[in-house]
Amino acid sequence: MTIGLFIPCYVDQFYPRAAIATLELLEKYGCSVSFPAAQTCCGQPMANSGYEHLTHSCNEHFTTLFADYDYVVCPSGSCTLHVKDHLHASNEQAALGIRRKLYELTEFLTDVLQVTTIDAYFPYRVGMHQSCHGQRGLHLAQMSELVAPPFSKPLQLLQQVKGIELVSLNRKDECCGFGGTFCVTEEAVSVKMGKDRVADHLQHDVQYITGVDMSCLMHMEGILKRRGSKVQVIHIAEILNAAVLQPATV
Amino acid sequence: MEQSNQQHADLARKFNGNESRVNWHDETLWWIRQKRDKIVWQVPEWEALREAASQIKHHVLGNLADYLEEFERNAQQNGVTVHWAADAAEHNRIVHSLLQQQGVTRMVKSKSMLTEECHLNEYLAEHGVEVIDSDLGERIVQLLKEPPSHIVLPCIHIKKEEIGELFHKYLGTPEGNADPQLLTHAARLHVREVFMSRKVALTGVNFAVAETGEFVVCTNEGNADMGAHLADVHIASMGIEKIIPRREHLGVFLRLLTRSATGQPVTTYSSHFAKPRPGQQMHLVIVDNGRTVQLGREQFRNSLKCIRCAACMNTCPVYRRSGGHSYHTAIAGPIGSILAPNLDMKQYADLPFASTLCGSCSNVCPVKIDIHNQLYQWRQVITQNGHSPAAKTAAMKVMATTLSQPKVYTLAGKAGRWVLRNMPWLVNNRLNPWYKQRNMPEAPKQSFREWYAQNKKQG
Amino acid sequence: MVCTKQKTGIEVHMSSRNKILSAIRSNKPGAQPLPGITGFTAQQPDTERFVNTLQSIGGRVVRVRSFEEIIAHIREAFPEGTRIISSLPQLAGIAETGWSNAPAHSLENVQLAVFKAQLGVCENGAVWVTEQDIVQRAAAFIAEHLAMVLEESTLVATMHDAYLQLHNQRYGYGVFIAGPSKTADIEQSLVLGAHGPRTMTLFLV
Repeated sequence: MTIGLFIPCYVDQFYPRAAIATLELLEKYGCSVSFPAAQTCCGQPMANSGYEHLTHSCNEHFTTLFADYDYVVCPSGSCTLHVKDHLHASNEQAALGIRRKLYELTEFLTDVLQVTTIDAYFPYRVGMHQSCHGQRGLHLAQMSELVAPPFSKPLQLLQQVKGIELVSLNRKDECCGFGGTFCVTEEAVSVKMGKDRVADHLQHDVQYITGVDMSCLMHMEGILKRRGSKVQVIHIAEILNAAVLQPATV
Repeated sequence: MEQSNQQHADLARKFNGNESRVNWHDETLWWIRQKRDKIVWQVPEWEALREAASQIKHHVLGNLADYLEEFERNAQQNGVTVHWAADAAEHNRIVHSLLQQQGVTRMVKSKSMLTEECHLNEYLAEHGVEVIDSDLGERIVQLLKEPPSHIVLPCIHIKKEEIGELFHKYLGTPEGNADPQLLTHAARLHVREVFMSRKVALTGVNFAVAETGEFVVCTNEGNADMGAHLADVHIASMGIEKIIPRREHLGVFLRLLTRSATGQPVTTYSSHFAKPRPGQQMHLVIVDNGRTVQLGREQFRNSLKCIRCAACMNTCPVYRRSGGHSYHTAIAGPIGSILAPNLDMKQYADLPFASTLCGSCSNVCPVKIDIHNQLYQWRQVITQNGHSPAAKTAAMKVMATTLSQPKVYTLAGKAGRWVLRNMPWLVNNRLNPWYKQRNMPEAPKQSFREWYAQNKKQG
Repeated sequence: MVCTKQKTGIEVHMSSRNKILSAIRSNKPGAQPLPGITGFTAQQPDTERFVNTLQSIGGRVVRVRSFEEIIAHIREAFPEGTRIISSLPQLAGIAETGWSNAPAHSLENVQLAVFKAQLGVCENGAVWVTEQDIVQRAAAFIAEHLAMVLEESTLVATMHDAYLQLHNQRYGYGVFIAGPSKTADIEQSLVLGAHGPRTMTLFLV
């Protein structure tokens, strides 16, 4: 099974730890993973700003790069959703193929690899941020608005991590206010949303806030750091890849 | 254009000038969202009901002209006079002419978002007609000389102390008294006098049944009925999309409407008006005002399914923290942001961008309008119609070129620097709105691609 | 408006009518069948649910076996000389029953109006009446207090079940009434008695 690793541009630059953890995690489960070095960006910042019509060549590039893998895996619900919803190319068959074989990391672990045990140890109090595009777009977890049975792919994985203490938030799936360019064009509301989301986690005494999207976490991290908080953000891959150590040696 | 694109953001920033008030607004509306959740979980078939409602509305949109004709025929047989208005101006003229025929210059009106959309009150005021809004929340904003900030809860942005002050000034309630019970009672006495003395009453329409020619009006206060039953002339204004095929379909929509809107099982009154009382005149004004244009926009026509429950506003994290007035249109929030650009794409070019596209709106919508997808689509349409700021367009073109050419991307120095300079939320300059209230992420020593090149064989 | 010669209002309206209908016909989506909704009906009524729901929305429920009990209850709640109106001949001893031709405005000082409802809906506490039941449309709204008499046997589970019975009914006006008139427009504080009756009592027979 060959996997093309699709790493969002800002993760590549600012959160390489999340990308490394993703790669190591996939390799741990026996996947053969490659990172096509020519990748740039999926084009979402343009499309969400109303410039989807400018993403054609970006899409062509993306399609060429990832067409030949058995699967494409990405540690971001948002970028995955964008490609799944909007990737079109002159080789539409290839684009369609990518839309189908592209997975967000946690759903790849639960649905394709059908991972049932996680060998990880993370002895901290953790709040899980449900990023909207992963949750409501990719259905990684049940949505609080619907009258439907609950499930959560990310939590299903996190619950197997040894030592972890997961908290339950007051508003379990409210948006953090990142929203791509929204975070600067609507700075006031974006920050207020972020502050409120962070406050929910802080009220539950978390040590870490995790999630499937580094962009939401980056936004909340910016707010946490500005107020001098010691609470950290961490991509879910890093927790799932956290080495199992004997508690005595920690 | 630049200005137009800043409008919601500017108004939202002003609203956020008072953080404790934003918290109060957010928590009040979130409480309603929770009430909604609680009550819809008591209906196990909720999701099937939403699907049925959505499909019924879709069927209606595909047969709308036939249903409108059937409705008109039956309403006329019931003794109702039917008028058609192509736009807001014509609607307002029709209402005014009906008032003139009665020789009256005063009217009582219950809630009708359509008349807000048409700016009926302003039009009538210019023509010397006094309109009293009888819904308590609407009366409050009317006395404040403000538009409603929410389609179901018109004064959700006003604190009771401010209402106490307002009622002290206009209705003579004791100074400093902000007891909702007392204030509501004062309004009851004040509006009762209005009901008793007005010859013409206008109401909105929630549902119009093609099969029977009747229309249904839902209120909790009983103000639509008080107005209509005591007036010689009842005028009801409705958009063309209010039609449902048969009376039995009311079962579906009445089950959905109030649960979605306020978390109640049903409104206190679901009034079915079929015929005028003996001696009474009943007029229906059927209004287009851009709806047929929206019907022709394939990706946006589903917005016409809306039953105006406002669940999308109550759940919207942006609406809750920016207030209804920040949308500068009669219908605020997510649904307003996909309806308004149809009326004036330039004026409302900012609204589809006033969202994080989180998708909660689409999930609470009782008729399953894909609101957040339409917001995304409107962004594309607005941009392609030239209503985006020129600077933004130029920046996006540079981004498009760079991102499609990895060599340029890499040659732009380290790709990381390019991202730092060009990702809209990371633009590294002191004017960066990101930095105002958030720290920038710290750049690590090595990007992932550098680490990969060093540690892994290239794939 | 497409009509250029706007001599009469009617001409203008006709032209807008045709303009609207033809715009709809050229812009409408392809036909989609009307979904069936029969799957939602025929649930079993549940009296307890009806009572609890009506109480939760501000209604008062009094279980009675006869009109004598209703009369006794009303006599206890309202002092003598209170203006009470009703459509029910059984209540002629305590209520006016010959007011069908009185001007609606003259009902303003009515303290209590008592009517018989046709059916009650368990899922939302609403009862259905038409203008035959309430004699005059305004009567159910203008009175300070409202009381409804409902036979338990008429309860239905949901609104679907209600419309199954009503779908052929002919009326000039009909209304589902669920509890007293209410508002929460002031800071979401629930206040009973907005513009209509301040209380709603249901006599469940």
